[in-house]
Order: sequence, then structure tokens, then C-alpha cells
Amino acid sequence: MNIVVCVKYVPDAQSDRTFNDSDNTTDRVGVDGLLSELDEYAVEEALKIVEAGEGEVTVLTVGPDQAADALKKALQMGAHQAVHVNDPAIHGSDSVATSLVLAEAVKKIGTPDLVMTGMASTDGTMSVVPAMLAERLGLPQVTFASELTVDGSTVTIRRDGDAASETIVASLPALVSVTDQINEPRYPSFKGIMAAKKKPVQTWSLSDLGVDPSLVGLEAAWTKVESFTKRPPREQGQIVTDEGDGGARLAEFLSAQKFV
Amino acid sequence: MAEVLVLVDHANGTVRKTTAELLTIARRLGEPSAVFVGDGFDAAKEALARYGAEKVYRVESPDVTGHLVAPQAEVLAQLVASASPAAVLIPSNSAGKEIAARLAIKTESGLITDAVDVQAGEGGGVRTTQSVFAGSYSVTATVTKGTPIITVKPNSAAPEEAAGAAADEVVSIEVSQAAKGAKITESKPKEATGRPELTEAAIVVSGGRGTGGDFSKVEEFADSLGAAVGASRAAVDAGWYPHTSQVGQTGKQVSPQLYVACGISGAIQHRAGMQTSKTIVAVNKDEEAPIFELVDFGVVGDLFTVLPQATEKVQAAKG
Repeated sequence: MNIVVCVKYVPDAQSDRTFNDSDNTTDRVGVDGLLSELDEYAVEEALKIVEAGEGEVTVLTVGPDQAADALKKALQMGAHQAVHVNDPAIHGSDSVATSLVLAEAVKKIGTPDLVMTGMASTDGTMSVVPAMLAERLGLPQVTFASELTVDGSTVTIRRDGDAASETIVASLPALVSVTDQINEPRYPSFKGIMAAKKKPVQTWSLSDLGVDPSLVGLEAAWTKVESFTKRPPREQGQIVTDEGDGGARLAEFLSAQKFV
Repeated sequence: MAEVLVLVDHANGTVRKTTAELLTIARRLGEPSAVFVGDGFDAAKEALARYGAEKVYRVESPDVTGHLVAPQAEVLAQLVASASPAAVLIPSNSAGKEIAARLAIKTESGLITDAVDVQAGEGGGVRTTQSVFAGSYSVTATVTKGTPIITVKPNSAAPEEAAGAAADEVVSIEVSQAAKGAKITESKPKEATGRPELTEAAIVVSGGRGTGGDFSKVEEFADSLGAAVGASRAAVDAGWYPHTSQVGQTGKQVSPQLYVACGISGAIQHRAGMQTSKTIVAVNKDEEAPIFELVDFGVVGDLFTVLPQATEKVQAAKG
């Protein structure tokens, strides 16, 4: 069972994320970045599957130089090798172009039994790249998995929607995205951290993938950010301490605001 | 006038409020054509007509409903090709975004997700507004290629009634083998709580670690206000409330008129899910809790005494 896990290097959500004035793209340099938290669940699940049988986990990312840190974390967790697609022409790509580059990279790696992703990135939070990737690779998509089992030729997941909890089955090869409910990602062990230093990391450019640069990047995007405005921080209103009447005062406030 | 396709969000014919919102938005951009997939059209027709659907494309094939997402994208792609709409509006839930994603690739069109507002652009086209980076930035954007495909968040428009013809036509679709790759083999419907749906509700009352697992006071308070009940990630991880009720970065992002956080400290993960709410209130024993930085009104106190008192006062006021 060979698995490719697609991961993303994102600005730290705990920091003050912002946009570049020059081209309205997300500032990926001024803010510290890391492996997207939601991708850790995908890496962990891939490792569990492979550890229960045979096979290898390859982590793949498309990103600038610093994105290598995302791969490093995954390798420290136990992934076997990594691929970094790094090309300045990719800057400013939309989800459509990102999925194109990822798809070509997956094909070059050799489309595995399972392509896995997290449920969304923590910066764009679109949750669309996995579906686009499945569409491009012609794979069934089995997404938002909160529980997953693989048996040789099929993958079965449980997905908790708003209206119902569903069991979904797909035959392999397939694309699976996982939620943060599926497992507890491991912390890299000291042994894992040392071993990661020796694991192979390949770096590919667009020409290595045979992707025409005019199909990616800011100019090629099918959507355009026209403006960004920082929302003013909320001003703190009134805080009262309960001295036996806290609930009554809360109800009064709601009344005054016409919620009651 | 160009058509605007609206994918109907329904459960066996009961049309959700989001559909009324999307039809209202569609009227700004062109003539709304609802796309109804599955059973229950007869129950839905009246609601679709009431909010302005001029046409309804009906898709009833079990090949579409029995498989996840991909067949719905094929149906919409077929309709985009035949109707050349000005835009396609889809609800911003997990299935909706995936349908939109596949549709964007199939029709070579730009995709904008989680729009909180959609207006006709100057000189044609569509302009969207999104709230990004946990609500700290507002972004406007347009689609520059193909048919704009927009997923729209709940509570993005006040539904406006406008009588439409809702003239239905059955769409026949040959679902490709490739689209049948993921089959739904079992579906366990969630028990109805009788409360509004979390992302659509005008008022949300959430409970966190401070409840210690006992949500009864939170629920009673919510019920006095006719509110939906949400939960913090800590509460969900502890197994106290289902993941579908989780408000936060990895759960639902809500933007109701009123959000009441009870026993919730207000970590970034949670704030990302609710900080664009119009009015925010918190009840927490800890006066240093970060949630208090966001509130319009806060009570430092034990939710087990504050909430019951508040519930009683609210019930009395309502008579």
C-alpha cells in the first residue's frame, strides 16, 4: 500500500496573517509558517495504514523554499520520502492551478493506491483542492473521513455530515481527505527527528513536471482578489461580575438589544 | 436575461433557508433556475416558487443520489453547457464545495468559496466578499474565466419573497462510470433536535470545557432564546457533544446575530469560528479568559448559576 500525502506550508494561524500590498496574495514570507495543522492528521493516518501492512508514505508539497519545513515535520513523524515542487512561476496560483501542479507531481511519483489530504488548509480554507485533484487524476474521492479502513482493494470511511452519518466505500486507487476527528497525530520522536535528516527529498520545477508556466501563477488564475481590508478589532463592551444577579443582567442586555 | 443556477439544499423536499438566501442573491444576477436533485420535488416546489425560482431542473436518478458528489458535478456541468448561466450558486457546506470544485475543473471556470456577499459587478460579472484569516480581513474578488461558480455561506442574504414560476423540467443524465466510484452504502440520519441548524441560526449558544460535560444549562438557555447549540473543540474532543456542533476553525464557522459562549476560554481555534458574529456575549468563571476581549457583554461567573437565572428571566419576558 503506497500512499502519497499532499501537505501545505501555511502562515501560522496564531500570528498576524496578512496580504502583500503589491499583488494581493497571501504574505507567506513575513509571517512564520509551518505544516498546516490539519495535514498532520492525514500524515498520521497514512503512517498508521502503512505500519499495519507494507508500503511507503511519500509527502508532497507545492510551495516556496520555506515549504521544505512542512516536509521536514512529516518526515520526522515517519514519512519515508518527500517531494517538493518549487518554482517561482507558481506564486499567486489559485486552487485550480495548485491542483494541476499536484496532479502532475502525483503522476510523476507514480499514482499510488491512496492519495491523502487534510480536510482544508488553515489559510485558504477552501476545502476544494482534494476534489479538484480527484477530478484531475480520475479518482473516486472519499472525503471528510472521521474513520477509515482499508482492505486491499477498497477503502471504507465514515463521514459525519449535518443531516446524517454516512458510510462510503470506494475501490482503490482513491483520494481520501481526513478530518481532525480521525486520530491523534504523533509527536516526532528523537529517533524520528534524527532519521528524517537522511530521508530523500526531491525538488522539482515546473519543467520537471512538463507543466506549461502559463497555466499557473497569478496571471493565469481564474479568480482575482480585488481588494483586502483589515477589519477593525472588536471593542470590548461591558463586563460584569456575578454577585447573584449575573443572569438577570445578561437577560437585561439581551432585552435591550432586542434579542428577547 | 441570463439564468443563474442555484443548487437546492434540501432534505427530502424540505428546502433549507440557505436555498431561499441563494435564490434571493440569484435574482440580483439574472433569472434564478433551481437545480433540484433527489426526491421530494412536490414538497419543495412551493418554497422554490416563493423565493423566485423561474425554472427548476429536476434530477431524480438514483445514480446521482447514491454516490458522493461527482454525479452532481456532472449534472451541473451539463446544465452549464446547455443553459450558459451568468453564475452557479452553491451552498457552502462540505458537499457543496466539492461539487463546486469538480464543476470548476469540468467547465474551466473560476471558483470562489465561502462568499458572505455576492453582487453584480460593474460592467457584468459577479463581485464577491469573503471574510478570511479567522475574520480578521475582508476580501473582494471576481471570477476572471468561465462561468462564475460561487459557494455562499449561510446568513449571507436576507431571503426576499418574489413569486417565480418554478416551471420544472426533468433533466436526464447519464452518470459516467468514473463518477460512480464512491458509493454511499449506509446513511444514519442525525436525530432531529428541534433546534435551528447551527450555521443558519440567528442565535447560537455554545458550551465549552466549563460545562464539565453537562450541557443542560446551555441547552435550556438556548431553548429559551430559540437558539442553536454549539460546542467548543474541547467539548467535542471530550465526547460531550457531536463534531457537527463544533464551532471553530476545524468545525463550523458561524456568523449569527447573537453568539453566547459559555465556559469557553476563547482560543484562536474557537474565535476563528465565531468572531464575525454581530453581537458576542460570554459567561466564564475566569476573568482573564481571552473570549472577554471580543464581547459586547460579558459575565464573570459560574454558568451553572448565571445561565439558569438568565433563562428564567428570558422566559418571563417572553410570557
